[in-house]
Amino acid sequence: MKILVCVKRVPDTDTRIQISADGTTFDAAGVRFVMNPYDEFALEAALRLKESGRASEVTVVTLGDESAQETLRGALAVGADRGVLCRGVSGPDGLATAKILRSAVEAQGPDLVLAGVRSVDGDQEQVGPMLGTLLGWACATCVSEIEGGDGVLIAVREVEGGRERVQLTLPAVVTLTKGPFELRRPSLPGIMAAKKKPLEVREAEVVSPRVRVVALELPPARKEGRIVGEGPDAVPELVRLLRDEAGAL
Amino acid sequence: MTRVLAVLEQRDGRLRGVSAEVVSAAAALARDLGGEAEGIVLGGPGIEETVHAAQAFGARRIRVGSHEALAHYRPEGYAEALAGMIREGGTAAAVLFSATATGKDLAPRVAALLDLPLAQDVTGISGLGGRVRMVRPVYAGKANATIEHDAAPVLATIRPGAISAVEGISHAEIEPLSLALDPERWPTRRLSFEPEGGDIPDVSEAAIVVSGGRGLRDPANWAMLEELRAALGSEAGLGASRAVVDAGWRSHSEQVGQTGKTVAPRLYFAIGISGAVQHLAGMRTARTIVAVNRDRDAPIFRVADYGIVGDAFEVVPRLAAEIRARKES
Ligand SMILES: Cc1cc2nc3c(=O)[nH]c(=O)nc-3n(C[C@H](O)[C@H](O)[C@H](O)COP(=O)(O)OP(=O)(O)OC[C@H]3O[C@@H](n4cnc5c(N)ncnc54)[C@H](O)[C@@H]3O)c2cc1C
Repeated sequence: MKILVCVKRVPDTDTRIQISADGTTFDAAGVRFVMNPYDEFALEAALRLKESGRASEVTVVTLGDESAQETLRGALAVGADRGVLCRGVSGPDGLATAKILRSAVEAQGPDLVLAGVRSVDGDQEQVGPMLGTLLGWACATCVSEIEGGDGVLIAVREVEGGRERVQLTLPAVVTLTKGPFELRRPSLPGIMAAKKKPLEVREAEVVSPRVRVVALELPPARKEGRIVGEGPDAVPELVRLLRDEAGAL
Repeated sequence: MTRVLAVLEQRDGRLRGVSAEVVSAAAALARDLGGEAEGIVLGGPGIEETVHAAQAFGARRIRVGSHEALAHYRPEGYAEALAGMIREGGTAAAVLFSATATGKDLAPRVAALLDLPLAQDVTGISGLGGRVRMVRPVYAGKANATIEHDAAPVLATIRPGAISAVEGISHAEIEPLSLALDPERWPTRRLSFEPEGGDIPDVSEAAIVVSGGRGLRDPANWAMLEELRAALGSEAGLGASRAVVDAGWRSHSEQVGQTGKTVAPRLYFAIGISGAVQHLAGMRTARTIVAVNRDRDAPIFRVADYGIVGDAFEVVPRLAAEIRARKES
């Protein structure tokens, strides 16, 4: 089984957001970028399927500019076999991204596509299921565990109120959330080996986006909080405030 | 007549609470655009019986699509049936879903089938001059983007808790519809569902959330949080920081934050939680935030409306007792 893992380069989650002068975009100057945390779970799930002998090859693909090669190299350093950069613009229109990734999937011919459930920059949570639908494949989202079988995959979905087990007939697209496993970190030999692994660059198909960001703003500051007091003696006053002032009880 | 559609969600044949919110959001948007709101619900046979619960929230009619294979959420069947029902009856201005696990799984599929862009997890939506504008948090809640779509209908999922349900005066007509579907062709099959949390509402749906962090020191100490939760009543749920989920003290289903669930409850208690940005990402839109922390400089106090500086082991039992006493009085 061949696995394709979709990864994205995103601002480090600790980043303070600065808005560009035009008021509609994020100012990336001086920002550290990392692999989208959910994509790390997807990559880990793929590497585990390979280690257990159920997958033969793990390819990582990303849509982005040249700088996204760094993210691909990071994936190669922890064990992916090959990287593909679709050179193009990844914007706020998830369907445009899914269409570009569909071309990459068709070119690579995997049996299974894994992706993060969402990226932590746009927070759209849509590319995976859109890609699955465009391909006409089985698809499961928000999955924390997968087990491979012959031509089928069992996935555990995290939904409100419980966990749902679903069976997917391959080929399939699965989006991952945080699973019960720890992530691996690249080793020095891994980083050295990554430099020699194949990394292909292809031009992304041009799809006109249909989503426009009219404004990007910092959320209104929460009104200044109040320390009600210290220790258990502050409790009656807190409860009074919650009831009479905040109307929350 | 401009139409705004609201996709109602059911589970086990019962309409979920978020459905009233999404109908209310659709009704408000329809008013902005000078049109009417309409509901759509899918489910197994007999599902019509349950939609009465949504009649009073401002929709003109509710179309009910039923089929045996749709009793539980089936992604392919729901997406195909909905895409068909949305195409019917002319173009709508917008189609709104709830941003629940199901809604966020379903809406992208419908969007791909209809070749339309989608905005997930919208916290504000309005219509002005015939255009639909949406606000949605990005960068894990560190910024808000206002967006427009250059296509109609505009598809969006609405974050639970972000737009309040408002009872209207309308009494929707219910229009049952039977669907022709071929479940044999669907490549995913639901094997089982393991419920978690018993009667306690899921953290993402609870109106009040009591969350604990590493400051609680040991999983056994959750009995104390459970006590507080119980004092707050049946609308309260339990949450956790990632540190305690990673330590194996609590299940990931309770994790609040960037790699956990996003919550927007009326009241959020952060007990022994430092307030790292990744945790804030999941709960900063709570209406009222209360923090209990030993460290006066903990970042959680910067977002909390009310804080108590102190030891959780002394404060929480007192808090539970006080809330109980006030409820009884
Ligand atoms: C990519 C990424 C994603 C992440 N996603 C999430 C996420 O989804 N959710 C999340 O929560 N975190 C997430 N984190 C982790 C986050 O950065 C923090 O490490 C985590 O939130 C800390 O949890 P905590 O506040 O429980 O623990 P700590 O940071 O250890 O804080 C414990 C707090 O308890 C207080 N305390 C100690 N004893 C007592 C006492 N007796 N009484 C009262 N207070 C006491 C301390 O003063 C301290 O403030 C993520 C991190 C990364 C890098």
